This record gives sequence, structure tokens and C-alpha cells, in this order.
Amino acid sequence: MLTNHTPGENFKVLVGSPSDGRKARMETRNLTVKYGDTIGVEDVSIPIYENKVTALIGPSGCGKTTFLRSLNRMHDLTRAAKVSGEVLLDGKNIYDQDINPVIIRRQVGMVFQKPTPFPTMSIFDNVVAGLKLVGIRDKSLLEEVCEKALRQAALFNEVKDRLNTPGGTLSGGQQQRLSIARALAVEPEVLLMDEPTSSLDPQSTSHIEELIHSLKEHVTIVIITHNMQQAARVSDLTAFFYVGKLVELGSTDQVFTNPKEKRTEDYITGRFG
Amino acid sequence: MIKTLRQRRIRDRIMESLLVISTVAVLAPLLIIIFYVIINGISALNMELFTQELGSPSRAMQGRPTGLIHTILGTLVVDSLALIMAVPIGLGAGIMLSEYPEHKLNPVLRVMNDTLNGMPAVLKGLLAFVLIVKPMGTFSGIAGGVALAFVMIPIIARTTESALMGIPWSIREAGLAIGLPRWRVVISTVLPTAKIGLVTGTLIAFARAAGEAAPLLFTSFGNNYLPNHWTGFIFGPVDTLPQRLYSLAISPYSEWHSMGWAAAIILLGFVIFSYMLTRWITRNKFQNE
Repeated sequence: MLTNHTPGENFKVLVGSPSDGRKARMETRNLTVKYGDTIGVEDVSIPIYENKVTALIGPSGCGKTTFLRSLNRMHDLTRAAKVSGEVLLDGKNIYDQDINPVIIRRQVGMVFQKPTPFPTMSIFDNVVAGLKLVGIRDKSLLEEVCEKALRQAALFNEVKDRLNTPGGTLSGGQQQRLSIARALAVEPEVLLMDEPTSSLDPQSTSHIEELIHSLKEHVTIVIITHNMQQAARVSDLTAFFYVGKLVELGSTDQVFTNPKEKRTEDYITGRFG
Repeated sequence: MIKTLRQRRIRDRIMESLLVISTVAVLAPLLIIIFYVIINGISALNMELFTQELGSPSRAMQGRPTGLIHTILGTLVVDSLALIMAVPIGLGAGIMLSEYPEHKLNPVLRVMNDTLNGMPAVLKGLLAFVLIVKPMGTFSGIAGGVALAFVMIPIIARTTESALMGIPWSIREAGLAIGLPRWRVVISTVLPTAKIGLVTGTLIAFARAAGEAAPLLFTSFGNNYLPNHWTGFIFGPVDTLPQRLYSLAISPYSEWHSMGWAAAIILLGFVIFSYMLTRWITRNKFQNE
């Protein structure tokens, strides 16, 4: 579906100046992901700036999720997926032979579109799973981490009296915040969020957006969203993807008020997509 | 073409009755077997069956105490040995089939497992005979256990695979995304989630193997007496219910024929109990969640 359609326009990568002089925490260089002969994303080179929120926007099937999943080697388990090009984390290519993907995923965490609590675990065990299951047994440390992560995910007050009940007993919105708390508990340096609020009600959504604002202090965030207002509200930079290619990257203000590319403008104003 | 309400009702009736006929056809053999076994065996059931060993045919003919305690204990020992061997291997193979689809050995394992599953049980007995009985120089409970393990392994592998495949892939990705190694994701998140399916599969394999006589004929062989020492259950010839049922049925003594019916009731009860245990564990788990 993606391969047969090659847009005629000249797709230019425009890296704006919103970095405030910050360095790129991650960077992709000529990143291409193929599923067999189908191209997921093609030749994408973008920087991901430290302590900034980068929003990925674009119509369904444009390669946003494929791109995001290549940033923490989530494609490793998809046999058909072939990644070429480079993904740099602090200057080092995470696809190099000597890199352990498990270590990368500790540094680059991920929150999925649908809540994914571990069904057999309590709320507490869910949050600290990333620590407990690699051998950290210190009870007071785990409790401390659990409370901090739940507070960050704006869930602590709702669940503090029932930390030992199964994670599956929570509502959908609470489960999603639980998934976020679980991702935060391992203290990743970069957090990838794939439409984290698509299954949430407006109140939970605003909780998550506030969380993104406060997390920026010490975490670099990449977020996929189909909600243009959300992209405008939470992000510092916006990247617009279309049929597997990056069309435009710039500061969110610039992309939304003065897009350089016609296609970006058409998409943002709702003319297609 | 528009059908009238009447036509549609008739059609609905026909389809419904076809389904009822299928259901009856499935249930009938089971009910007939249970009914027939109970009718014939109930009069032969007594306490001595559960306290005495069989001994020679003269015991039964002269009305001296005779029973099947050695058979019941032997069945428990042989089936347990089989289970102990089959569960880790079958579980491991099932995990391989489900969790490592990209592994080179996966397709090989799948074909071999299906072949083993389809292989006649008597050949599995022959294999255990060559592997265990010949080197040991004697029929033994452990040889019977190995033969039954060959019956259980492919079933456990397949049921484990389908139980694990039923767990959403997102659970695994969530585990990987917080920096857990792959084996840890399988052990700590996938297996516990699939627990009910794993227990069910194991019990199905167990119940299936517990009813097999053919693999035991030249492995555990059979024995009319209790062993002098409990180790005799493992290292010597051992009686088991399916094989004893067969021996009693083809014997020339009418007293043993009726004991055969009693053995059939005990075996049937044993297998039905296993299935009910499965149902109970499954139901219990669902209530907890």
C-alpha cells in the first residue's frame, strides 16, 4: 500500500532552530525499515533533541509507528522487518553488532497505544516489574520507586490503598497510566509514546499531557499523536510523515503556523489524511 | 429471492436438528461406554480390590482375598514418572514453538512433534523397550514411564504452544520495552498469564496417556504381586490399569473377567477424575481474577 505511491514533490528535511543549542540525544541517519518488499519508512534522518518533546504526525500508515519502534529495536522480534541506516543514541549506533538490545530498551522506554498491564501481577508488581524481575529485591527501594512512578503518572492517589490488587482491575485510563508508570520506573533517558492517550477520556488525557510537560525536565520524549491540538499543546518539535517519508521537521510553532511544505499545511488543516 | 417467514423457520429447524444430531453422536459413545462398564463392573466392586494384590488365578477361583491395589499403586507411580519427564520437555518444546518462531530449529521441531504425536503408541513402547528395557535387562516402571512420556510430550508441546499463542503479543513487547531480557519476559509475564491453559494441556496429556495400554505391554509389562520393596515399582515389572484390564479380559477365568470390569470402572474413574480436576482448577482460577 505504501510502496506503490511515491509522491512527486521534492521532500525536503528542514531542521529548524528549536534546539535552543541543546544537543541531539538521538539521531537517525538514512533510516529505512522494510517489511519484506514493503517499505515502512524510507531514508529518514532526524535529530531528537535532549529534553524536548518531538511529536510525530501524519496520516495512518505513514510510518510513524514503524519509525518509533526502530528507536528502541522493537523490530528485532518481527522477522520480516529489516532495518538499515543508523540510529544513534549519544553518538553510538544502537544497531551495531556489539550492542545489547536489552540495555538499549532500558535507556529508551516505550508506552504503547493500548494499555498493557501484566495480567497476573498486582499494581505494585506491575510498576516495579522492570526492577524486580532483573533481581532488585530491596523492598524499601521498590516502594519508593513505585510511589514516585505512580505520582509521576498521576495515578498514585487513586490506587495507593490497593497496590496489591491485580493491575487488570483498573479502568482503561488507569491501566494506561499504570503502563506509563511502569515505563518510568526504570528511569529511561528517552521515552517513546505511541498514541498514549488514544484510549483515554479527556481528563486522563490532560493528566498525561501535564505529565509530559513535567517529564521534559529530565527525559527526552518522542510522541505519536493523531490529535493536532495535542501535538500543538505538548511538543516542542513536530515531524510530519507521509507515505514512509519525512516531509517536514521544525519547531511546533513553525510547523503549525507557517509550514514550509504544502502537504504539511494540507494535513494540518484537515484537507487530507 | 425473498423467503417467507415460514420457509426461514423450517430452514432454522433443519439446521438446529442437525446440530442436535451431531451432539448426540458425540455423547452417545461416551454414555454407552460409561453405562456398560458400570452395569458390568458394579457387582465386582468391593473393598478387597483396594487392599489386596491379585496373586495367582487360584485365589480368585477359590474365593480367597484378591484385588488390584498393586495395579492402582503401579499406575500412580508409572503415570507420575511419565509426567515428571514429559512436563519439562513438552513445556520447553511448546515455548520454543510459540516464542521463538524465527529460530532455525523451530520448523524442524514442529514437524517432528507432529510426527511423534501421530505415531502409534505401541511404537513408542517399542522405543522405550530398546532404550530402557534392553540395557536394564528387565521390564520396569521407569521404562513404562518413558513410554508414556513419549505419548505425553507432543500433546503437552502442542497445548503449551496454543496456550502461549493465545496471550497477546503486546504483553511481550511491554516486557521488552522495560528492558527485560526475552527469556525473563517468557518466564515472568507470558507463562503466568497462560497458566490455566498450561495446566489444562498437561492434564489432557496425562488423562490420554493414563488410558494407554499398548506402550506398557513390553515396558512396565505387568505383575500379579506387590513388590517386596517400594523401589520395585520403579526398577521392576509393574502392573498398570490399562494393561491389567487387557490381561484380565483375555484370561480364561470368569472371576477375572468380572475383575476386569471393576478395573475398567477404576480406570474410567481415574481418567474422569483427572478431567474434573482440570475443570475445577480452571474454574477456580477464573474466579480469582
